Amino acid sequence: MLNVPDETVNPVEPFLRSDRMPHIWCPGCGIGTTVNSFVRALIDSKVDLQSLALVSGIGCTGRVAGYMKLDSFHTTHGRAIPFATGLKLANPKLNVVVYSGDGDLSAIGGNHLIHAARRNIDLKVICVNNLIYAMTGGQTAPTTPGHATTSTNPYGTFEPAFNLPHLVDAAGAVYVARWTTFHVRQLSRAISEAFAKKGFSFIEIISPCPTLYQRRNKMGDGLDTMKYYKEKSKVKNGAPTGEVGLTLNGEIAVGKFVDRDRPDYQTMMRAQYVETLGERYIEMADPEEPEMECVCG
Amino acid sequence: MAKGRVSIVVERCKACGFCVEFCPTHVLALSSAFNSKGYHPPHVVHPEKCSGCDLCGMYCPDFAIYGTKVATEKSPEKSGGEK
Amino acid sequence: MKADPRGVLTGTHFLDGDHACCEGALAAGARFAAGYPITPSTEVVERFAARVPTVGGCFIQMEDELAASITLQGAVWGGAKAFTVTSGPGFSLMMEHIGYAAMTETPCVFVDVQRGGPSTGLPTLPSQGDMMQARWGSHGDYEIIALCPNSPQECFDLTIKAFNLAEEFRIPVMFMMDECVGHMTEKVVIPPADQIEVVPRKHTHKSLEEYLPYGTNGDLVPEMAHAGEGYRFHVTGLTHDERGYPNMTPQAQDKLVRRLQNKVRAAADGIYMFEEDRVQDADVVVVSYGITSRVAHWAIDVARERGLRVGSLRLITAWPFPDKKIADLAAHAKAFVVPELNLGQMVREVERAAAGKARTFAVPHAGGGVHNPDEILNVIVEASRC
Repeated sequence: MLNVPDETVNPVEPFLRSDRMPHIWCPGCGIGTTVNSFVRALIDSKVDLQSLALVSGIGCTGRVAGYMKLDSFHTTHGRAIPFATGLKLANPKLNVVVYSGDGDLSAIGGNHLIHAARRNIDLKVICVNNLIYAMTGGQTAPTTPGHATTSTNPYGTFEPAFNLPHLVDAAGAVYVARWTTFHVRQLSRAISEAFAKKGFSFIEIISPCPTLYQRRNKMGDGLDTMKYYKEKSKVKNGAPTGEVGLTLNGEIAVGKFVDRDRPDYQTMMRAQYVETLGERYIEMADPEEPEMECVCG
Repeated sequence: MAKGRVSIVVERCKACGFCVEFCPTHVLALSSAFNSKGYHPPHVVHPEKCSGCDLCGMYCPDFAIYGTKVATEKSPEKSGGEK
Repeated sequence: MKADPRGVLTGTHFLDGDHACCEGALAAGARFAAGYPITPSTEVVERFAARVPTVGGCFIQMEDELAASITLQGAVWGGAKAFTVTSGPGFSLMMEHIGYAAMTETPCVFVDVQRGGPSTGLPTLPSQGDMMQARWGSHGDYEIIALCPNSPQECFDLTIKAFNLAEEFRIPVMFMMDECVGHMTEKVVIPPADQIEVVPRKHTHKSLEEYLPYGTNGDLVPEMAHAGEGYRFHVTGLTHDERGYPNMTPQAQDKLVRRLQNKVRAAADGIYMFEEDRVQDADVVVVSYGITSRVAHWAIDVARERGLRVGSLRLITAWPFPDKKIADLAAHAKAFVVPELNLGQMVREVERAAAGKARTFAVPHAGGGVHNPDEILNVIVEASRC
């Protein structure tokens, strides 16, 4: 009656540290679903996995880095983006993905988020937004919609929430999209589009936190939430980002909101130095050069 | 003859229900059996309807299920499949 | 191996400590810096920003010290030698990431050009008020190495040493300058590149299958790999095992944290650097570091002229602290005198290491200037009478 694993392989499995399964995420949590879409995008875009580096911060989504069989860095809370910036500047050949949560990226990491977008650093930022600080037990995040109940707003939140697409759009991101964990294929396509683009890409993924956010707000479990996403999402490609804010139980605008071109940080840096220094300009050395190698004997 | 087949890693399943709900051809249902953690994993109730689209695999947050296309005379194998 | 000549400004120069530090970093092979402006350290990165694009590297001014202190670590894992530069308030902000560097064993250098504190304090005036913070500023148990230059020449030479120690031990090294040393201009001789020894990154030669990011095969310092080489390794600030995987058990914690401690302590005898002068017959030993050592020098000379048997122990490495050296001196000297531009930090270490065998006299100074040499001389005289 129940199938057992056979000689077929889950297309996601080669990308996972199988020796670390099962993961720590709750039943109905959407983070694992986002990983499926991410992996599908890696496969479809034919990204060179050797030159892919994954950087995450702290939180439930931050644990993604530890589960993926890639060069991965689990850094400090809010600082995945500056760490990723250093990686990319030291080795421009790397394809650097930041995979982190809404609290990590927009609260403690908010400053770095807007500056990296402003500079148009060539990073692909995947922001799993479960509208809460999940790992630490369900505290209010800058993205928690008004009047939601959290552990630090036991009588309901009363702060306006960030509209993340609007924030990063205003800061200068060249690619901004939002999908939910229901939109697995569209999400995968969005991630592939981000890989095809140079510059600061930001993909927000609305995801359930059934244990904390949904439970405390009597919104059912993970499946109920997925059904809500299916019912209440409206595809609004190209919508002005100022209009895509989220409300408690309201409509969820999804789609690709921003897709523009402007030179990324390293392109601008190089252009400036070439113009002012001419032949005197020497770029960052290739990390394979002998001076970085260990000298034997 | 089904175009696809489902593989289930029973011990990883946490019975979230995504695969059952979002399979476009309603191949799956939660079973009455338990895995060692006490969850009811899904089982295939309509194998003949499986297209191998792998939507179950895309949705599964626990990497506990996936669909693969089965090789036929007309359509060669896609991802995975029998070797 | 020898320094890369592209980064070595061979010649005789007239530089201040900040500028000399930058040249030291370049000579050591640093090709990446992330910084944030803060007096009196800013000149180090300003010079680096001007120099590094012609040497083959990158500088980025980040939006704050929190970013700078981790951007440099990303660059290290991307293959570069990297550092940042700051002063007290920025040093405080960087503490979390100093701990991250210690925990992930990321080789890097943090330059702190100390100024009056606490808080905003005296931005343009010296102190030595961050010495304990350099050692204990981040949370948890970890080791660092701290160097204290006392001249622009040492700002050049010891910066190279700092990078070398960082690579050898895969550790963040604190380069503890002060505003006085940073802003004083003196002759700095930069030798030819082939006379400068540089320690390369301890890069693994293991195969992709064999390599364990935090495995040590006997040596306490693991071999490193960089992103993009195919090793597919994981780095985390969580307590981890040899695979780099989080392992949050008391056993894994004990094993990891003790190794992080032992990798420095077991090798400490090879790390200590100090300068002794006239200690063999000394009744009183003046223990000092940084700019204060130059003021103390005058006081010691005057005391000797007056017939007092005084010697000097100048700490070049302040951390790890040379307990045994102090204990050896305490065996024959009767007192230590410890002048510092703070209200008593390293003096506590001296007192601890002396273990009651000699008395310890502090010569504190709240910062903002250097000691009047008479202040130190008076305490030497007092110590001689005990």
